[in-house]
Amino acid sequence: MKALVWHGKEDIRYDTVSDPTIEDPRDAIIKVTSCAICGSDLHLFHNLVPAMMPGDIMGHETMGEVVEVGSGAKGSLKKGDRVVIPFTIQCGDCDQCRRGNFSVCQRTNRKGELGDKAFGHRTAGLFGYTHLTGGYPGGQAEYLRVPFADTTHIKVPDGIDDEKLLFLSDILPTGWQAAVQADIQPGDTVAVWGCGPVGQMTIRSAILLGAEQVIAIDHLPERLSMAAAAGAITIDFDEESVVERLNELTGGLGPHKCIDAVGTESHVSFGQPDTMLDRAKQMLMAETDRPHVLREMIFVCRPAGVISIIGVYLGLVDKIPMGMAMNKGLTFRMAQAHIPRWTGDLLRRIEDGQIDPSFVITHKVDLSKGPEMYATFRDKADGCIKVMLQP
Amino acid sequence: MPLTNITGIARSEGDPRVERKGPSSLSGADRLARALGWFSIGLGVTELVAPGRISRTLGLDDKEGLIRAYGARELASAIPTLSIDKPIGLAARIGGDALDLGTLATALHRDNPKRRNAAIATAVVAGITLLDFVAFAGVKAAHRRDPGSADRDYTDRSGFPRGAHASRGLARQDFDIPPDYRAEGTVADALPALAS
Repeated sequence: MKALVWHGKEDIRYDTVSDPTIEDPRDAIIKVTSCAICGSDLHLFHNLVPAMMPGDIMGHETMGEVVEVGSGAKGSLKKGDRVVIPFTIQCGDCDQCRRGNFSVCQRTNRKGELGDKAFGHRTAGLFGYTHLTGGYPGGQAEYLRVPFADTTHIKVPDGIDDEKLLFLSDILPTGWQAAVQADIQPGDTVAVWGCGPVGQMTIRSAILLGAEQVIAIDHLPERLSMAAAAGAITIDFDEESVVERLNELTGGLGPHKCIDAVGTESHVSFGQPDTMLDRAKQMLMAETDRPHVLREMIFVCRPAGVISIIGVYLGLVDKIPMGMAMNKGLTFRMAQAHIPRWTGDLLRRIEDGQIDPSFVITHKVDLSKGPEMYATFRDKADGCIKVMLQP
Repeated sequence: MPLTNITGIARSEGDPRVERKGPSSLSGADRLARALGWFSIGLGVTELVAPGRISRTLGLDDKEGLIRAYGARELASAIPTLSIDKPIGLAARIGGDALDLGTLATALHRDNPKRRNAAIATAVVAGITLLDFVAFAGVKAAHRRDPGSADRDYTDRSGFPRGAHASRGLARQDFDIPPDYRAEGTVADALPALAS
């Protein structure tokens, strides 16, 4: 089959690879109908996580049709079922899964010892996202083996386009969780840093949850225009001071809720000198992440406010003003999204016409164009915000 | 070096294997930049380890310290050249090339018995400088954000089929933040607890 394969830093190739096979009774094989490039795939593209191997298949936003089912998954799946595959692999049985904390499932990381070393305790297996999370082949391919398939799928009905359903795999529930874990209440002012695909879903989730004022922060005009389309007030950090503008919009009090939809790769610019220092440290391997957004959120958040982190951080961050956070009594919530916890509800909202996630797709191309689309997405060229791929 | 190489973690037995490699996301300019980055490391280490030998070969016997410093400079420019911020590294390399050419020019006078070596080195550095310029222009062109991007207007993409205004608070009709995600209580929530 064909697949997008990681060969090294900035080196993704459209390779021919062997077909996946059923390895465990709980497995299923799906024929991929649509997949997407996620912003967090760029961290792997940039080789910021030193736990990829040449030959690893990329991708964790995937949907398709079931073509083969292991004996242990036949109770819940059958050939021909149309499914979206969450990026987290969950067993459904462990203590964390029973609590709804699917992204920290205790059983699905098949390289759990490495996960224990990297994170203190292992987290769930993820598709196409390094050997720290199991080294499972990803879904930017013609076929995908889904481990623990009886619990790792979202059945979706016919009659709704892939474009509307695909993002149940990641960015829609991820954006939703960002808003939920911020504990958004009617009347809140919510500031969202980053208007990439997850930021866009977060903005819409915050509005659906009744935030009175949603403020979107970025510096790319096309992303800000998409944020404004949902009713967000926009701040272009190249043009104005984020802190001053947020204080102006909140009567000097700061936002109630601050959401980081940027994560490890904050934009580097002279206007944000800390990002220059972080980038230099990254090159020297003295720091893994550039936490400018986190610093800014802690500074500007209203005392007793909530910081919600959904943008992916990878390792070590420097110069976090913990004294400021502690004295202001801020609450921090963060996680990789617990996808299946939200997907039933969100699928209903899509069917009900409350939200149509396809708005975010700016590029829809054949899988064979994947390598060049990684570069386009990374360079934010051609107005690119979200790439959908079809084998 | 990937952690997986150090730890010896192999791919699992049944996982798909690459049978035939296809087109890559790396452009020709990216590959050239990478080669120049590794060249910088090789030259930098040589200049740091054996500055005396280099200076004697070029007839620059009194410039051992300077060549060692150039070695450190080469390594410093190699880091960004091999990173995703290649233009910064390549610009640094071009600046370094100018310094190298200036230093070599001082060795081209007739009294230098190693003038021939210096002339060869000058020609090589000039060639490398050309490659640096080609790589710099190439990566800038390959990774530029085309001017049209900023003009893209997505203000018709609300994602709300019922409109942005009508959608505000829509989920509140049937969704409350789950108790394990509540971060702050309201005064109304807290009062009964305080009273009891």
